[in-house]
Amino acid sequence: MAFLQNHLLSWILFTPALAAVVILFFPKEKANFHRWFAFIASLVPLALSIWLWAAFNPNAAGFQFQEQAPWFTAVHSTYHLGVDGIALTMVLLTTLLTSAALLASFSIQERVQTYMVLFLLMETGMLGVFMALDLVFFYVFWEVSLIPMFFLISQWGSEKGVRVWGRKREAKERDYAAFKFLLYTMAGSLGLLAAIFLLGMVSGSFDLPTVMAHWKTVGGALWGIPVATIKAIVFWAFVIAFAIKVPVWPFHTWLPDAHTAAPTPGSMILAGVMLKLGAFGFLRFILPLYPEQAKIFAGALAFLGMMSIVMGAFASFGQTDFKRLVAYSSVNHMGFVILGIAAAAYAVSADPTTAAIALNGAVLQMFNHGLSAAGMFFLVGVIYERAHTRDLREFGGLWPLVPVYGGILLFTSMASLGLPGLNGFVSEFLVVRGAWPVFTLFTALSMLGLLFTGGYILKGLRDVLQGPLNTRWVGHLTDISVREIAVIAPLMVLMLWIGIWPMWILDVINKAAVHLLALL
Amino acid sequence: MPTTTLLWLLPVFPLLAFVLIVLFTNRNKALSHTLAVGAAFLSWLGAMVIFVRALNIGPEALAEHPIRSWVNWLPTGHGFLKIGVMVDPLTAAVLFFVAWTIFMIFLYSVGYHNFGYPEGDHDQKGLPPHGATVVDEHGHKHRVPSIEPMYSRFFAYIGLFAAGMYLLAISDNLLTLFVGWEIMGLCSYLLIGFWFAKPSARAAGIKAFMTTRVGDVFMLLGIAYLYMATGTLSFPDIFKPEMLHQLANLNSGVLGLSAAGLIGVLLFIGTVGKSAQWPLHVWLPDAMEGPTPVSAMIHAATMVSAGVYMVIRMFPLLKAGSLNGAFLSPLAVMGFIGGFTALFAATIAVAQNDIKRVLAYSTISQLGYMVAALGAGSYIAATFHLITHAFFKALLFLGSGSVIHGMEHGVLHTGNHEVDPQDMFNMGGLARKMPITFWTFVIGGFALSGFPVLTAGFWSKDMILSASFFGGHPVIFWTLAIAAFLTAFYTMRQITLTFLGKPRTPEAEHAHETPWTMTVPLMVLAFFAFTAGWVGIPEHFPLLGGLLPDWFTHWVGAAYETLLQQAGMFKEIAEEGSLVPLYTSLTVSLGGLFFGWLVYKDVTSPDPATDPLKKWLGPVHTLLQNKYYFDELYGILFIRPAYWFAEVLTFRWLDRGLIDGILHAIARAVFDLGKALAYWIDLPIISGAGDLIGNIVRTFGRAFRVVQTGRVQDYMVAAMTSVVAFGALVYYLLVFAH
Repeated sequence: MAFLQNHLLSWILFTPALAAVVILFFPKEKANFHRWFAFIASLVPLALSIWLWAAFNPNAAGFQFQEQAPWFTAVHSTYHLGVDGIALTMVLLTTLLTSAALLASFSIQERVQTYMVLFLLMETGMLGVFMALDLVFFYVFWEVSLIPMFFLISQWGSEKGVRVWGRKREAKERDYAAFKFLLYTMAGSLGLLAAIFLLGMVSGSFDLPTVMAHWKTVGGALWGIPVATIKAIVFWAFVIAFAIKVPVWPFHTWLPDAHTAAPTPGSMILAGVMLKLGAFGFLRFILPLYPEQAKIFAGALAFLGMMSIVMGAFASFGQTDFKRLVAYSSVNHMGFVILGIAAAAYAVSADPTTAAIALNGAVLQMFNHGLSAAGMFFLVGVIYERAHTRDLREFGGLWPLVPVYGGILLFTSMASLGLPGLNGFVSEFLVVRGAWPVFTLFTALSMLGLLFTGGYILKGLRDVLQGPLNTRWVGHLTDISVREIAVIAPLMVLMLWIGIWPMWILDVINKAAVHLLALL
Repeated sequence: MPTTTLLWLLPVFPLLAFVLIVLFTNRNKALSHTLAVGAAFLSWLGAMVIFVRALNIGPEALAEHPIRSWVNWLPTGHGFLKIGVMVDPLTAAVLFFVAWTIFMIFLYSVGYHNFGYPEGDHDQKGLPPHGATVVDEHGHKHRVPSIEPMYSRFFAYIGLFAAGMYLLAISDNLLTLFVGWEIMGLCSYLLIGFWFAKPSARAAGIKAFMTTRVGDVFMLLGIAYLYMATGTLSFPDIFKPEMLHQLANLNSGVLGLSAAGLIGVLLFIGTVGKSAQWPLHVWLPDAMEGPTPVSAMIHAATMVSAGVYMVIRMFPLLKAGSLNGAFLSPLAVMGFIGGFTALFAATIAVAQNDIKRVLAYSTISQLGYMVAALGAGSYIAATFHLITHAFFKALLFLGSGSVIHGMEHGVLHTGNHEVDPQDMFNMGGLARKMPITFWTFVIGGFALSGFPVLTAGFWSKDMILSASFFGGHPVIFWTLAIAAFLTAFYTMRQITLTFLGKPRTPEAEHAHETPWTMTVPLMVLAFFAFTAGWVGIPEHFPLLGGLLPDWFTHWVGAAYETLLQQAGMFKEIAEEGSLVPLYTSLTVSLGGLFFGWLVYKDVTSPDPATDPLKKWLGPVHTLLQNKYYFDELYGILFIRPAYWFAEVLTFRWLDRGLIDGILHAIARAVFDLGKALAYWIDLPIISGAGDLIGNIVRTFGRAFRVVQTGRVQDYMVAAMTSVVAFGALVYYLLVFAH
């Protein structure tokens, strides 16, 4: 027990990878076994992260549950894990959504064994990003999480559709999407890698707490280049890498393609967790290491956040493909995260309360978007599996055919819309309150996005559930199954719980935000 | 039970009914409606207990120390955002009418949705019931009404709706008020689009949600601004003299408004959406697509009242925001919007033929009165009209539902489904067929018209007219007076066309009275439509003044009187000395009723083209009938551009064209560069030299080919082996080297 508790983070981090290894030793024909094994294995890190949540002390500053061991001694890189309240929240989100996504993966029929292995490896990759306190280690996991997703999209993605990317140049939709996702993120992470090594060279360590302690005083020159210049280069490399990952408008066009082409559970993880990696990068590196630069460029970032909110909502409103509509909603919702981070970066010294509120909003919005986006993608998947189409114009009046599904879709849609009483409202309210005094104009303009959030959500409901019944579906659609309800029900409970009583999660986030802001 | 506990429970009962119906009892119709009506009863009972306890405390004491209870809700840095509930004199008055109307409407819904009748022959979920065929003991077939196919769902929705309204009413802060506000918005969307399979109902629901959301996003900004400027959202904390002065003296930098002024205007835009004031009024008439109890509840008694209630609640802030006399100060804006809406909507109502649409426009117009009263500075008059209006308008809507129900009987009898049971020209002579409905409708209609002395509407409308005469701008007073004339005119037009004369169609001939679950609520509401005004007879009223105490002014006035005095914002309005408002009020109401009867008493044809007003007004009538073409105008100005902006500009041009275009260009350039390198450098130079090496490698390659199976699983095993090795290393480092 003590061993478990002392290495809780390692256990959470490597249980999925371990399970992936175990799966390999069983014959590939036993698809059902692989499904159940992967799902049950994913419950272990979930249970452990709930334990982690309970054992975490929100009042203490700094990182908890730290583990450190020599790893890549040649470059002074160590195996160093630890979580603060923000990372903790993300760990919980990751383990929860992975379990939900694996349960949703029961409908995957092809190469189940490989699929499950990839999925579990991906979980380890994502958890590592949230837990790593060593920059090299962080980078390794950043990449590890990327590769399985590439295969999930290109191998198990939707088979329909072709995209043209030049004269006589065509690609299958899923190949196009997978490569766009991979290359775009890689383009960002190359800069990230270079930045991490420059940072390591300059500060003499890859250990984040060490770097943070010395960073401000580091001076001099490297290879004849002033350190100030190098710091600026590192800043921009970080910003670009994370902005692509979030994604911030106008780096966002990989997202609708990747989300639409990915298999349902892949979209759930992509939207639910992967986008948070970028936002998490902003919080973990840019805010603590570059408070001054962050403040200088906060206005620009807030502008891009506002554009994400507005243009994301409009683009979503303009879709006829249900899944692409949901995909664009992620751009819209992540815009609030960016707006909140920008406001916090700007207000930190002048108005700490506003900064704390904005940061609370941003982090809670990350969690909330994880719930609602995963839920929405799952529900799109449920109807797609039955109807084999996602074209909104082909549905119509399905509510009487699928009453339970209809109710669940309505609930989840309203959470996504930010209806007060459900989770999304709390975080959006906090972001709006935090951003208003700092970026009044951008906040006011982003209300246009909030208005059209209503537009696209109601458009989805209108075309799927309401209207005259499209008789073509009578007898072909079955209502949502018990397993599928089991996937969505925990998410719905959390949406409601956070909407009505956000204290349990916001207390942890708030204290972490206060600690973080105190460092700047 | 402590009053605060009881207060928290008010929204919980109907919410619980909603949850239970959705999760468990939705297949059992009787159980579902029992739960919902039972919950409405419990909340009603609780509200009455609270009301009586509040009465015992007395207005001044209650205003000084409202009954309150609160908790920390959101951590914000080192502090908390608190939410809570409270009862002050204003809340108590609002709770009274909310509880009564909600309970009556719940009861009425049982009858309206044909409980006790068989399931329909061809009824579908999402469409109104079309009737069933029953065979009696003699073997005769009869067409009878059929029960609503989504009966339980209706009760679940209105349960949630009631929860939202109670939450709004008892909130001591803007945040939970906004939560209740939006929950009602959702329910309004669901209930207007209740028969969602009808494209018109579906569109109406979306229109309602989106139009009110325009107001809501502004309101959200107002709340955020207020929260930022004061650090709290609780009413008692905001309404402190020093806080109000601080807000009034802080420049917002927008249009010369103070912070209080800008917050006030932003919040008021929320009201414009929710209470369907011009220019966001367009959703309310379409909302009549919903079942009639919905129209009564949402669009008369509760939700639209919520908008007005919010600005009444925020009155001290609005007043503070108007102190510096900026051109667009909240009260000036409200006076203009309210007065204009009152007249504007009344003119449209004159030319409508659908019995519910007339009432819809009348609601818009009456809400305009309340807003204008606030603009004139009289929150008491606004509250008074809010309450009397809730009673008589709920009565009128339920009465119109009863009429439609009676007409549907007629339609089932004749089997002619071409006849629109809501068109007043198809009616006539229903007074003898449906006496209870008739008499209660007359009471409601006269109250709406402000029939002197007897009806509640007279007293509240008189209070508004005198408030705007003494405290507001003369233009607003005369606008409201003309609107009052039109109100009486269209009300009498409605009564005459519906109930008087002879039946104009066979369907009207066969209409008959509705069951007790519908008529009892009508009678209860009629009682209040009569008497609710008597509690507010002004003391200086000729002859009658002083016979009964002016309880209402005293009670609601107490809510903010001391506060405004302390803040130096209280202005005593001298209401004696002029009888102009009283005479105006008498003239317009009696004159309107008389002319309404005179013009329409001789209509005998079911053809709407025979409307006498149409002949006299010509193209103006067409303009009114088409609601000044606002729907068409908004379609051209906002809706179509929004679609174009979304589909074409944002998605096709910007995302797919420009951004992806740049990405594709880069991709093509890199791809071509790679191909060129392969062709010009790789192939001749490196490969040439490489061939030699290649041959050697090939030999080795043959040997190792076994590994290259081309199966993903095998690669995976290889990859996994590496991972295991890596893992073992990590484990070693972790455990042993530690």
